[in-house]
Order: sequence, then C-alpha cells, then structure tokens
Amino acid sequence: MNAPTMRSTSALLYLSGVTVSFDGFKALNNLSLLIEPGEMRAIIGPNGAGKTTMMDVITGKTRPDTGEVVFDGQADLTKLDEASIATLGIGRKFQKPTVFENHTVRDNLLLALAGMRSWYRLLTAAPTKAENERLEEILSIIRMGPQQHMLGARLSHGQKQWLEIGMLLAQNPKLMLVDEPVAGMTDVETETTAQVLREVNKSHSVVVVEHDMSFVRALGVKVTVLHEGSTLAEGSLDQVSADPRVVEVYLGR
Amino acid sequence: MITRFLWQGMDRNLRLFVLLILAVGISLPLANLILAATNPAHVPSWVLQLVGKYLCYALLALAVDLVWGFCGILSLGHGAFFALGGYCMGMYLMRQIGSRGVYGNPILPDFMVFLNYKELPWFWHGFNHFWFAAIMVVLVPSVLAFALGWFAFRSRVTGVYLSIITQAMTFALMLAFFRNDMGLGGNNGLTDFKDILGYSVQADGTRAALFFASSVALALGLIISAAVVGSRFGKALTAVRDAESRMRFLGYRVEGFKLFVFVLSAAMAGVAGALYVPQIGIINPGEFAPGNSIEAVLWVAVGGRGTLIGPIIGAVLVNFGKTWLTGALPEVWLFALGALFIVVTLLLPKGIVGLWGQMKSRSQSRKARAPA
Ligand SMILES: Nc1ncnc2c1ncn2[C@@H]1O[C@H](COP(=O)(O)OP(=O)(O)O)[C@@H](O)[C@H]1O
Ligand SMILES: [Mg+2]
Repeated sequence: MNAPTMRSTSALLYLSGVTVSFDGFKALNNLSLLIEPGEMRAIIGPNGAGKTTMMDVITGKTRPDTGEVVFDGQADLTKLDEASIATLGIGRKFQKPTVFENHTVRDNLLLALAGMRSWYRLLTAAPTKAENERLEEILSIIRMGPQQHMLGARLSHGQKQWLEIGMLLAQNPKLMLVDEPVAGMTDVETETTAQVLREVNKSHSVVVVEHDMSFVRALGVKVTVLHEGSTLAEGSLDQVSADPRVVEVYLGR
Repeated sequence: MITRFLWQGMDRNLRLFVLLILAVGISLPLANLILAATNPAHVPSWVLQLVGKYLCYALLALAVDLVWGFCGILSLGHGAFFALGGYCMGMYLMRQIGSRGVYGNPILPDFMVFLNYKELPWFWHGFNHFWFAAIMVVLVPSVLAFALGWFAFRSRVTGVYLSIITQAMTFALMLAFFRNDMGLGGNNGLTDFKDILGYSVQADGTRAALFFASSVALALGLIISAAVVGSRFGKALTAVRDAESRMRFLGYRVEGFKLFVFVLSAAMAGVAGALYVPQIGIINPGEFAPGNSIEAVLWVAVGGRGTLIGPIIGAVLVNFGKTWLTGALPEVWLFALGALFIVVTLLLPKGIVGLWGQMKSRSQSRKARAPA
C-alpha cells in the first residue's frame, strides 16, 4: 500500500488508488503501481489476488470505480476504450493462446506485423525487405526460426505461447502485458520462455503476471506481490520472499 | 504490375489445370466442327452444349468457394447473382431479335407486345448494345452484393444469419421475377433468342465460340481467384475465416476484406450466368430457386472447400452425375443428392481434393517410415 507520493511524469505506466468492485467485493483495492520505461516487472500473487483484473483495467476491458491510470505520462486510460488503448501502444497476451491454425508461424507473424492493414494495398503488396528483416529478428527472439514454415495447428502448447509473444512483439507495442505465459509448460519450456522475455525486454517494456516461482526467479526482475487487490510487497524476489507477510500469504492460512 | 499480381498465386499444379481447361476449351469445339460425324472422336453438338453448361457451373462453384471456402461466408444465394448475370445477357439477346419476333415489333420483345406495353421500360434501354450488356452482367450482381454485404458485414451479421439473409434474397428475387409487371417476361422468362453479336445462336460455329469463351472465363476466374488467395490479402482473408475477432484485435477492418471478396465473387457468378444463357437458350425465374444456390454449395463441398481446383471438379462431377441419373433413373436423383450431402459431410470434410491430399500425405509418411 505504499502509494507513490509524487506523480512521476517519467513513468510509462502509472496506477494510483485503483479500486474495482464486483457486487461489493473489491477485486482491486486502492492499488498503486509504477512501471518505468524499459522496465520488466513480474506481478505475482495467489489465485484471486486481482492480477488479471489489473490487466483488464489497463487495457480498458474493465473500468475502475476510482483511481488514476495514466500511460506515457499523458493518456488517461480510464477514459479510453480497448481499441484506442491498443493503438496507443499497449499490447496484451491473453492466458489462452489463439494463433491462426491454418497459417504458418511466419505468416502468423506477418499478419501481426505493425503497419499494413488496408485490404486493397494487401492485394498487391509483397513483404518489404524491412518487414522480412523484422520477421527474422522476431523469429530469432522467440527461437522459432526452424519452425517458421510449420502450421499453427501443429505447434505444441509451448510453441503457441512463444508465437503469441512473437505476434505481440510484431505489433511493436510500447508496453507488453503478458498473462501467465508458462501455465501448462514443461520446466525446459518455462526456462526458455524466461529467456525469450528477457530478450523481448531489451526493446520493450513488459509486465508479466505469473505464479510460477522458478520462472519469476529466472526472469530476475523487480517483483510486485499482489494480495487481495493491493500491493503487499515490492522488490527483488529474494527481498519479497523474505518478507514475513508474503510468506504468510503464500504458505500460511 | 497486373501480370505480376495475376501470377503471384499460380503454382505448378494450377498452371497445369488452367492449361487443361483451355485445352478442353479448344479441342472439344474443334472435334465438333472439324471431325466428320462418323469419326469416333467426333463430339456431337449436344455434348458440347452439356459440357459448356458444366463450365459455367464450375465458374459459379469457384465463386461460391471464394467466399465460403476462403472467407467463411456461407452464401446460400449465389444462384441469384448467376441468374442476374443471365438476365442481363438475356435482355441483350431479346433486343437482338428485333422485328423477327412473332409480333414483328422492331423494338418491343414479344412478351411486351402481348402484355400491351406501349414503350420499352427504362431499364431495357442500352441493352441493344453488347458492350452495355457486358458491363451490366458484372455491374448488376456486384451492386447487389455490395449493398447486401455493406449492411450485413458492418452490422457483423455472420454464420447462419448471413446464410439465411442470402437465401431470402434469392427467394425474394424469384418471386419478383415471376411477376409479369416486372417487365422481364414473368414466369416464361426470356427465350427464343436469335443472334449474338450478329451470329446465329443456333449455329455450330457460335456454339463452339461460346464454349471456348466459357473455358476462357473459367480459366481467368481461376487465375484471378488464385491471385487474390495467394496474396497477403488472401492470408488475411483465411485468417478472418478462422479467427475473425483475433483479426479485429490485430487492427484489421474485417468488413473491407469480406466486402471485396463478396463483390468479386458475385461478379464472377454473374459472368457465369451470362455465358450460360446463350448456350441454354433460356433464362427464367426458376434460376433464382433457393435450391439452385444450395446445389452450388454442394458442388463446392464435394470437390473440396477452400481449394481452388476442388469446386471445379465438384461442379463437373456432380452435374455429370445429375445428367446421367436424371436420364437413367429420374426419380432417384433427389435421393442421390441428399445421400451425397450426408456422405460428404460425414466422410469427406475436405472433399475429393482433400481426399487426394490425405492419400498423398499418408503414402509420404509411409515412405518416411520405411527403412532407407
Ligand atoms: N467479472 C467478474 N465478476 C465478478 N467477480 C470477478 C470478475 N472478475 C474477477 N472477479 C473476482 O475478482 C477476484 C480477482 O480475480 P482475478 O483478477 O482474475 O485474479 P487473478 O488473476 O489474480 O487470479 C477473484 O476473486 C474473482 O473471482
Ligand atoms: Mg488470472
């Protein structure tokens, strides 16, 4: 509940005093959060802590009852709809991956690539050199170069998640929100996902929601612990896991 | 640039198939015209007319597949676009009759004289010119498709509801065209044609030319469809078919994509209808019957939805079967059609072309498993 006392204009994302209630139950309770440009932040917390609801507020899917949500120091996200928030540069990966099953990995990325959207230009346009280079870059970040001609339908669960991350990257958002990327993954895949996200973070600000501790450890970034809709602790993973209140939330009760 | 656009979707199989269509388009008419009737390779005129009809149906099937197979729009009203193209051509052919009609009126077609028309209705003007009729063949179905698609796609009507709307459209048009006061020949339709471009529609040479024109139209339709489907537009189109909301989420305005293929497809259906009418010699409101549109969907399903060659194969095979069965065992045809529908839905979800692909990949994986 350590609300930032001073409004930082340098912050990429700024949440302050955000409350969301569903039929009187407060899914988010006076939540504050500050993400710096270029930062990667891991949000952890037990089931029902409000992690997904927080993402919903940022992307405009859910309107907060009270509180401020400011993006890039200027845009008031509580006043915008989902489409305009997406065009502002906030991209989101949902928990359940939905790739285009009848398209190859490369075509999935091509479809997601920022820029070309008009149907009449797409009729005659071939992918440009810049676009192809960008595709190669993304393929190497998500480590799917060898699978680039495989159909979406034939990918494993883990590969679909990486492709989703790649598609998000292709849209080139200023801030990427990634909800539970390693749910259902093997240990090896989890480790790879952490490496992929670290690589993504070289060029993008990222907020990752996850409760897999080994994954969060592998990310090696600042952690925010959410509990009952507000911030319980913040700091490195070692710091927060030493916090008795965090231990109680995760192990106690 | 146009040529690059047109060739972008052509792979080797498609090129061969286009050549095959053109080869049929040239060799059958020649075998009809040049070879003596006693020659075993002689193609009788009735066969030429029949196969010419199949070529038009194949183009209609390709049009249906473009929207259904590649964009997921199950149109149950494409017969209407086909019939409208046919009527436009029919109106031209009527005006070519001139004073050779039963009543000998130089301007008014027979049915108008019979119904006591004093002058030509406004929408019949211009149809004495072939070029005008040719434009209308494409324009009339396109405008109707644009109007329908504009409202349906913007208000996000999809799936069954869209199918019902298209079916209602063709049904409504059928009822309208049955009326005498539509000025289009009522339930008799348009018939007794004499000339096209100054040549008798009955002459063997004209029939041969119409057959060849149909094969060229089909080949062109295939090339254009392949170009559209093989472009980046085509990738987006199939993505809309598979996950429309995901595409919206990626920032695509899905309506534009749907509207373009729907209009293109309607235009192709119109051309098919326009080539069909002079070869058959009549167009009447029965062509708008809802069953016709449903049959066209069946051809696509049998041949292989979402493939380019499938609908052509499906249209030819099913119609060959229909011709044969309605001749041999007329009462069986409808049951056969129903049975075919069930078999295809249950056993051949990807049609004949899909079956071929399945067998190929199976034999490949068998080969891959075999020790080297
Ligand atoms: N649309 C909703 N209506 C009612 N309750 C909801 C709704 N969405 C979330 N909640 C509740 O809010 C709480 C936080 O949910 P959520 O944000 O999904 O948690 P997390 O993602 O951290 O597991 C849960 O108790 C959940 O039941
Ligand atoms: Mg959640």
